[in-house]
Amino acid sequence: MNKPVRRSAAADGCFHCGLPLPAGAPIEFVISGASQQFCCVGCQAVASAIVSGGLESFYRFRSADSGRPDQRPDGDADLAVWDLAELADEYLQHNEDGTVSANLAVDGITCAACNWLIEKHLGELPGVLAVAVNGTTHRAQLRWQPAQAAFSTLLAALRAIGYQATPLSPFARDKTSDQPLKTMLLRLGVAGLAMMQAGMVAIALYAGGYQDIDPHWQQLLRWLSWALVTPVVFYSALPFYRAAWRALRLGQLVMDLPVSLAIVLAYAASCYATLRGGGEVYYDSVSMFCFFLLLGRFVEARLRYRNLLALYSADELLPPTAVRVAADGQQQSVTLRQLVLGDRVRVYPRQAIRCDGVVVAGSGSVEEALLTGEAAPQPKRVGDSVSAGTLNGDNPLLIELSAVGQQTQLAAIMRIAEQAAADKPAWVAQADRLAGRFVAAVLLCAAAVMLYWSLWAAQPSLEHGFWVALSVLVVTCPCALSLATPTALAVAAGELRRDGLLVTNRHCLERMAAVSSVVFDKTGTLTSGQLELVACHALTALPPANESQPDELQPLAIAVALEQGGRHPVAEALRRAMGAGDTTALVAEQQFVAGAGVSGTVAGIAYALGRADWLADRFGLAPPVAGAGTAAVSSQVWLAANAGWLARFEFSDQLRSSAPAAVAALRADHQQLAVLSGDPSPQAAALLAPLAIVDQQFGQRPEQKLQQLCSRQQRGEVVAMVGDGINDVPVLRCADVSIAMGRAADLTQLAADALLLGNDLQTLPRALRLARRTRRIIGQNIGWAIGYNLLALPLAAAGFVPPWAAAIGMSSSSLIVLLNALRLRRRDLNG
Amino acid sequence: MQSLYFLIPLSLVVIAGAVWLLFWAVKNGQYDDLDSEAERILFEDERGSEE
Repeated sequence: MNKPVRRSAAADGCFHCGLPLPAGAPIEFVISGASQQFCCVGCQAVASAIVSGGLESFYRFRSADSGRPDQRPDGDADLAVWDLAELADEYLQHNEDGTVSANLAVDGITCAACNWLIEKHLGELPGVLAVAVNGTTHRAQLRWQPAQAAFSTLLAALRAIGYQATPLSPFARDKTSDQPLKTMLLRLGVAGLAMMQAGMVAIALYAGGYQDIDPHWQQLLRWLSWALVTPVVFYSALPFYRAAWRALRLGQLVMDLPVSLAIVLAYAASCYATLRGGGEVYYDSVSMFCFFLLLGRFVEARLRYRNLLALYSADELLPPTAVRVAADGQQQSVTLRQLVLGDRVRVYPRQAIRCDGVVVAGSGSVEEALLTGEAAPQPKRVGDSVSAGTLNGDNPLLIELSAVGQQTQLAAIMRIAEQAAADKPAWVAQADRLAGRFVAAVLLCAAAVMLYWSLWAAQPSLEHGFWVALSVLVVTCPCALSLATPTALAVAAGELRRDGLLVTNRHCLERMAAVSSVVFDKTGTLTSGQLELVACHALTALPPANESQPDELQPLAIAVALEQGGRHPVAEALRRAMGAGDTTALVAEQQFVAGAGVSGTVAGIAYALGRADWLADRFGLAPPVAGAGTAAVSSQVWLAANAGWLARFEFSDQLRSSAPAAVAALRADHQQLAVLSGDPSPQAAALLAPLAIVDQQFGQRPEQKLQQLCSRQQRGEVVAMVGDGINDVPVLRCADVSIAMGRAADLTQLAADALLLGNDLQTLPRALRLARRTRRIIGQNIGWAIGYNLLALPLAAAGFVPPWAAAIGMSSSSLIVLLNALRLRRRDLNG
Repeated sequence: MQSLYFLIPLSLVVIAGAVWLLFWAVKNGQYDDLDSEAERILFEDERGSEE
């Protein structure tokens, strides 16, 4: 995966981030003597900051494209918040020598060259004493002289080279801490070292058994293995006892119970034999049993941790901020801790609501699914209350706080995290139930076997009965069964992450294997979604009040005002066209309508911007004359008022370069393909023509999309929906598997089972293949685990399996399951 | 054979040393980032590697 990607010419995309280049005048910058092209001024600015710092070799060393920097209209003003004294106490650590340290979560690290770039760039700033970047966890440690550099300037410097950094509070419990993993590694290491030594000693003991070893040498070797294995039993194996005890108190049987019993009993019996100076010792079996069990769990935990890290991007770790609106209408970005009861906070469309409060202006809908499980958005008007952890719909709201402090937000995050944790895939839950019954059966069986051998066998002997029962406990340990599913799921999720698909809901892997039909949204999914405004045609004279301004700019200014805070591609294209220098007019009564457009009042006049048919309906106008559609124009948006049609905006979009290959691969796998697009323009169909998807529906409203999807499901198809727009949310919720594009609106991402991070559609056919392979592997694993136990149990109960053979048998059956799951890794999925 | 009385306890000491080393390495963050350290050597000397 570390194959260097060297871009000799930028012909295939932006030199910095690799995204397609815009049509029109190229954005260029000279690097190492050659002129390179960029997709946006943001990327160009980042490249120029890197080069001016003398760090251009970053581009030679990096092995992956960099992320595209966010373009912020407000510059770095939002970072000033970090210089406040209240925050400094929480996020900065004051060292004794007068320096200050901070721990940052850094977004945008794609390869090892990023570490180098960050360390070099920050290290050269005045006052910075130490920078250390961890490329695995995407964390940076900073130490600097506060007198010479403000915290915000350091964060701004990081942003200048294209990385978003978020300070982490040393006091907050960090969900992404790797401490548990480190402890597991220590336990595993101790067990491994002891296992190797005890195994060596065991060979001497067994060989000595045949060659009449001197009793006092035998005794010495026994004490040696005792010394080696005691730390394993009392340190390495602790998690087994804890888990078994926890489950027992809850009245559940888990596989850790027979594991703990086997370890403790075998160790105690061996100690007894050692003290007495006779009988068998099984120290080697105990340590081997512990080591292989811990190894299986460590591998699974590591895979899980890597997935978790990818899931918790810096955004989720962000200390919650809010936009406070003062009495005079001034807006200021503050952290939640600075808010007090009665403050008014603006919540933009599709933003998470971060505090409890009452709506004082605006109306719209709020998604409360995370709190109440109610999927349908709840209408909210002035006077209604909203709570932290819910998601705003299409309209901006002004909220007066009724509860403050970290409590509300924290509670919401906890709820979300718990829900995610409780979301066990059905396969895993099934394996757990199976394992529970299995444990009960094993315990009963071991007890029965012990009774039989000590009371009714041909030569009843309590000692023999004990060792046979122990063999039964060890040999039938259902670890293989319990490892069968989670390891395969974790490996598959890790593989998908490496390929650019982040699985947020592990249920989806299970359903992904059954997908028979893939439905695409158009804008932002099959096409790049980066709209460019190519033309703005004024249609009629504008109201006389505004005649002083040039005609071409005026409709644009109104449109930009209307789309304020909007995150639709149209809104972004309009803002880009407007330029950063111009101030935006104020909009009142702003109302976003999903799949149609936006309405509002600018300078006292009611306008609406959006689809022609919606506008015609709204203002009672005759349909406008369609513009002469050229191939370059992929979508159009109209601006209208009561007075009539004002302007037509034409936008260009382009097909994603990965789309044709992805569609061809899906077709080769016999997937039914379809397009459901909200875009009604005939150009949309022309744009998608190279894909040759027969089943195409354009101009679909969200409810129509939903209907289409449901009718597919009723026909027995298992549907995967790939989308990115806000009007895709209901469809994504309803689809069997939902996949959102990486840069999709927040709400869309939350509704999706998986996120396509790299925006490479070719990941999709690979993911579906991997899901099918995962299902096969899980089937094999469960089959093997059950088959092994069915075979081993009678043998052990009959007394044919000594404890050391039982430990080898059990460990190897777990390892086989693990290795089988690892077969999912790095396979070529293109064929 | 008598040397075993010395060598066997010595092996215990060596194991204890290995365990101590493992604890030091894990606590000291030696295992924290196994991805970027392998490539770090390429970056440090960037001025020398230029043709």
